[in-house]
Amino acid sequence: MDLTDDDVRAILRLLETSPFSDLELETPEFRLTLHRTETGWTRESATSRPAHVLPRATAPELAEAVIPAQVSPTQALEPRSDVVDVRTPLPGTFYRAPKPGAPPFVELGTQVGADTVVGIVETMKLMNSVYAGIAGRVAEICLGDASFARQGAVLMRIAADRA
Amino acid sequence: MILRRILIANRGEIAVRIMRTCERLGIETVLAASDADLESVAARRADHVIRLGPSPASASYLNVPAVIAAARAAAVDALHPGYGFLSENADLAHACAAAGIVFIGPTPPQLAAVGDKLRARAYAVAAALPVLPGGDVSSLDAAAVLAAHVGYPVLIKAVGGGGGRGMRQVGSPEGLSEALDLAIAEAAAAFGDPRVYLERYVASGRHIEVQILGDGQAVVHLGTRDCSIQRRYQKLIEEAPAPKLPRAVREHMQDAAASFGRHLAYRGLGTVEFLYDCLREEFYFLEMNARIQVEHPVTEGICGLDLVECQIRVAEGRPLGFTQRDVRFDGHAIECRINAEDWVRDFRPSPGRVTRAIFAVGEGIRVDTHIEPGAEVPPYYDSLMAKVIAHGRDRTQALERLSGALARCEIEGVSSTLSLQEALVGSPGFAAGGVTTDYFRRFLEDRPAAEHIG
Repeated sequence: MDLTDDDVRAILRLLETSPFSDLELETPEFRLTLHRTETGWTRESATSRPAHVLPRATAPELAEAVIPAQVSPTQALEPRSDVVDVRTPLPGTFYRAPKPGAPPFVELGTQVGADTVVGIVETMKLMNSVYAGIAGRVAEICLGDASFARQGAVLMRIAADRA
Repeated sequence: MILRRILIANRGEIAVRIMRTCERLGIETVLAASDADLESVAARRADHVIRLGPSPASASYLNVPAVIAAARAAAVDALHPGYGFLSENADLAHACAAAGIVFIGPTPPQLAAVGDKLRARAYAVAAALPVLPGGDVSSLDAAAVLAAHVGYPVLIKAVGGGGGRGMRQVGSPEGLSEALDLAIAEAAAAFGDPRVYLERYVASGRHIEVQILGDGQAVVHLGTRDCSIQRRYQKLIEEAPAPKLPRAVREHMQDAAASFGRHLAYRGLGTVEFLYDCLREEFYFLEMNARIQVEHPVTEGICGLDLVECQIRVAEGRPLGFTQRDVRFDGHAIECRINAEDWVRDFRPSPGRVTRAIFAVGEGIRVDTHIEPGAEVPPYYDSLMAKVIAHGRDRTQALERLSGALARCEIEGVSSTLSLQEALVGSPGFAAGGVTTDYFRRFLEDRPAAEHIG
């Protein structure tokens, strides 16, 4: 997100008393250019950050995802259990199945224990098992099979069982 | 409950606007984006993006199963529908509840009650709000009898939705049959509901609306907005409060809107629209919109509230936390919509890639936009690129700031309505305030051809 109009106004108040008529601000997230004209200031914004697209479940998974919920509306309004991120232990290639063509370790909705293997991350030819880390249900699969997981990337989210 | 992760089932400037509040409140955002919007500014500003479906709105932003599947896959607590698209769709609200996802909006029965314009009209009557003489028409004979009773000209309107579609003005009995057929066909195509109704047509009217906010028990109003500058029922400029309105009329209108909300035990943000008959100094209930509106920033400008935050808090099940007496109004705010349209060529849509986008900043200036250099204006959706909003201690100062701000804005790569808005804001009629809904048509007609510079 870039700066809000309020943020920019705070900057402008500093600039007003200065002789400067241009300000350029660049961060990994955005670039902001402020320019003084005869009648007032202008801004030009550019969002540098790429979109972080969550891979959608594949077709069969989607079919599962749209199974009608088995909760009544009143239950649905109750606080939901915590959702816990499963992060990659290392940067590398994420695999959802033990080998090509094999069924995935888990699917959306699979019940898992803390030591259930939910995927593999390959880093420099080394296969690292990824464990759920908590008992619950797979609520989201954030990366597609064979896609690259950056340092600390969230691979899945587990809806933790209620205590 | 506290909402931590919200799916924004919308696009464009309102998606970016919702993200701003979420970011401030520490709420994670997931944008449900169609294929055309996967690299949009909104998509790049969201914490995450999830693919909603193919570019056409029918396959993405209007597709209830696709939206619900995206919300589930993204594991969100709640869904903000923005405006337009499925924002007032009771089926989506129902499906959210069934999926355990909080719908940030009114309850399904409330959506159903106001989505059907005839039912909304009946609620208005029950809440003792003035309505225009008229009623439902089930046949041509019934329409003829009713039209003769209320007196020509009359306006035929769709029961299933607004925005000018399915709406026809009829000046005399001879035109009734054809207009009725056209209105029914348009209504069926636009809303999947062929039902129409008929009301007396007000020749010299102003479109004035009242913002309301409810928590399911208490309902407050957040003042008036004047949206009389319209082209084919599409708003171009909005301001708050409505200028040159007799104090008694304003107070009566605001009380009527709040009373309508209380009658529904309304939860969420809503707008009660009225038609103000300048000659009779009377107002009539038109309809209610059960969503956040494009023009909400002018209300935020004068009452100092963040309306998206209000929506989220109410959706979390919290009470309003303030009463009508706590609502204070300060100054005046005016908003201009900047659309990707070639207004000189009959407002032809102008999709494409924006090459230059410069907006004004400064005291009292706010710009809500999803446009920056390189941004695409896709051909699939509405043409709104930006809203330039000015607030001032009074209308004169707001106008001054708005004129200055518009003059400093530049958009290249696509056509825009910037120059039209500059001319409108500078026109003597608008500057004087309190114009009627036919002002824009006359403004265009009165402009000499030589002045038509894009």
